Amino acid sequence: MTIRVVHYINQFYAGLGGEEAANALPESRKGAVGPGVQLQTLFGEKAEIVGTVICGDGTYGERTEEARADCIRLIEAFQPDLLVAGPAFNAGRYGFACGDICSAAGKMLGIPTVTALYPENPGVELFAKNTVIVQAADSARGMKAALEGLARVGLKLASGEPLGPARLEGTISRGIRKNFFFEKNGAERAVEMLLDKIAGRPFRTEYEMPVFKRIPPAPPIKDLKTATIALVCSGGIVPKGNPDHIRVSSAETYGRYNISELNDLTPETYESIHGGYDRVWANQDPDVVLPVDVMRELEREGVIGKLYDWIYTTTGTGTAVAHAERFGREIGAQLKEAGVDGVILTST
Amino acid sequence: MRLELHEVHVSDIQWGERTEVVDHVLRVNREEAAAALAGEDRFASVRLDLARPGESVRIIPVKDVVEPRVKLKGGRGYFPGFFAPPETAGEGVTLVLKGAAVVTCGPIVAFQEGFIDMSGTGADYTPFSKTNNLVLTVEPVEGLGKHAYEEALRLAGLKLALYLAEACREAKPDEIRVFEKGSITEENEKYPNLPRILYICMAITQGLLHDTFLYSADMKTVLPTLLHPNEVLDGALVSGNCVSACDKNTTYHHVNNPVVEALYRRHGKDLNFLGVVPTVEDVRLAGKERASSMNAALAKNLGAHGVIVTEEGYGNPDTDLCLNAKKCENFGIRTVVISDEAAGTDGASQSLADATPEMSAFVSSGNVNEMIEVPPMKTVLGHPEAIANLSGGAAESLRPDGSMFVELQAVIGSTCELGFSRIGCEWI
Repeated sequence: MTIRVVHYINQFYAGLGGEEAANALPESRKGAVGPGVQLQTLFGEKAEIVGTVICGDGTYGERTEEARADCIRLIEAFQPDLLVAGPAFNAGRYGFACGDICSAAGKMLGIPTVTALYPENPGVELFAKNTVIVQAADSARGMKAALEGLARVGLKLASGEPLGPARLEGTISRGIRKNFFFEKNGAERAVEMLLDKIAGRPFRTEYEMPVFKRIPPAPPIKDLKTATIALVCSGGIVPKGNPDHIRVSSAETYGRYNISELNDLTPETYESIHGGYDRVWANQDPDVVLPVDVMRELEREGVIGKLYDWIYTTTGTGTAVAHAERFGREIGAQLKEAGVDGVILTST
Repeated sequence: MRLELHEVHVSDIQWGERTEVVDHVLRVNREEAAAALAGEDRFASVRLDLARPGESVRIIPVKDVVEPRVKLKGGRGYFPGFFAPPETAGEGVTLVLKGAAVVTCGPIVAFQEGFIDMSGTGADYTPFSKTNNLVLTVEPVEGLGKHAYEEALRLAGLKLALYLAEACREAKPDEIRVFEKGSITEENEKYPNLPRILYICMAITQGLLHDTFLYSADMKTVLPTLLHPNEVLDGALVSGNCVSACDKNTTYHHVNNPVVEALYRRHGKDLNFLGVVPTVEDVRLAGKERASSMNAALAKNLGAHGVIVTEEGYGNPDTDLCLNAKKCENFGIRTVVISDEAAGTDGASQSLADATPEMSAFVSSGNVNEMIEVPPMKTVLGHPEAIANLSGGAAESLRPDGSMFVELQAVIGSTCELGFSRIGCEWI
């Protein structure tokens, strides 16, 4: 069955004119228009551009909600299997429109979408997560390559074939890591990379080093005797039975539990669910990981003003940095809101 | 040093009247094999099963995988310090039942073992779906401590693998692989113009059932030391790890270390392979600093031009990996690392717990968090309910029909950081 394609283009590529026609209202035409003619040739018999939807860049940029709704209606009328938009190269408003209509069609019509943009086009940052973007040159000089990319990737998407790595598909990465099977095993790849590195030949690292955010430490506590101190733990200590089902590894949640009535964690009340260490001793005495007992002593002795009534806890093993960062931000904000002066972070 | 691996190719495993290899079929006398483990009073029961490639079988929870091997010349027994005298391995002749493996099973640490599927999606990710497996499941005697259970099962796995190989010692090898290399001085004279490469092999040595053994010595108290590559290929390293399944190096991985084999293949052609430094992953920062400093100093003093560093595990060992790369690079020694990634189930997170700009040449062995769906298996060996407690699994992972939706990290050897498989991450 031939794949039904709708092609989205702006006023310029539809031949309506340049800036003077930027306020053109959404319209649709049967079949291919402008660059769509070449795109149809590239599709051959595998896909047919059943319609072209055209909207002025000014209209889309200034009255986005309305233009989007109109365009979606026009696209839907053709009952497409795939939406192709652009290529928009480095044109800012056109890039925005292509990204936005792809994103909307994907969500509202449930069809695959693809556009082609220059990596610095603002549409990339806005929509890369919601649509597939073929990497295009910065101007229409790169039309041929962009259309070839759109046709190739579009056919794959419409036929449900999984896309390969961005660098091989010629697409712009969405910032997602995905597993693939390489031709050679990791050890062979490492030896080849090392010989290249030693010889000064170019080589491609398989993961570019991330840059960690540096968090400036809070100023020191002036008077510990009047300070409220909280315990926050990544050692997997939770109330017995793990009521909030925090995962044993790769946690995506944390728990908040009241300890105002507790002077000591016992095997009857608390346990470790952490998947990264031998829990034998932590289960015999959970205080070895989350030292409520010692903190209560310090409280009694007046070393600290008060142990905060709530503990925060999660498992820190295999935890994605993105989740860890969110935990930290949320817990930090809540503790600050509660007037906590200091935190002791315990791990394992 | 010259090591001959006499490999007997095994393409099937069956129960038989005597333990032997006939026409590539490993026949196992079940009672005799079980009897080889007699005398271990820490087991309440011992069960042996077979699992072959392509079968609808799931093995769970897996602790270790061991390749059946025995010394034919240049020693006796196998795994020096365990079932051989604690003498230098890597010389003489070793019989290998290639294509066979002993898989040990037992819920030691609730979370820290993985599974092997012999068919279906899960099978694509583990090398042990391609081996003909003798599966050992033991129940400990009541009240046995976790640490004693781990030790007993570790020794039983080694012993059973040795038993198989010993019983087949007369089998005719299908292939003889020779690993031969002189002393560092001799090789330097032979290949003065080839880049000298050292391999730093990090091992989990955190204690609390996260241990690796070098000539039976618990490595967490061992300082980095230099081995001839043959020693690694001939049983010097043994896994005692109960840790996330995807990237722990089983004993099978150690004797088939792919980095050692890859460097050996190019030795004398593209490079001069200096040797292997097994090194620790200490839980303390001071220990990490000490080990990485010693590793870099060893590399420098050996005149290495390049180093490959492989990690075991993830999380805090990422810091050991960074320090090893950084200190070698600071000496002007070019470094490549192999590591897996914890990029989250959506692949959108930063992948490492620590990073350093010197780690500019990184080989990825996959995202441990990526979700996979595995179909139900007709037969489940071991303890199926264990999936709820595996790293990478959750209570809802096991569905009523027996299929599972789990993170890749629950599959044994799926993201092995020795670069054993072809998996790796790419940007999409």
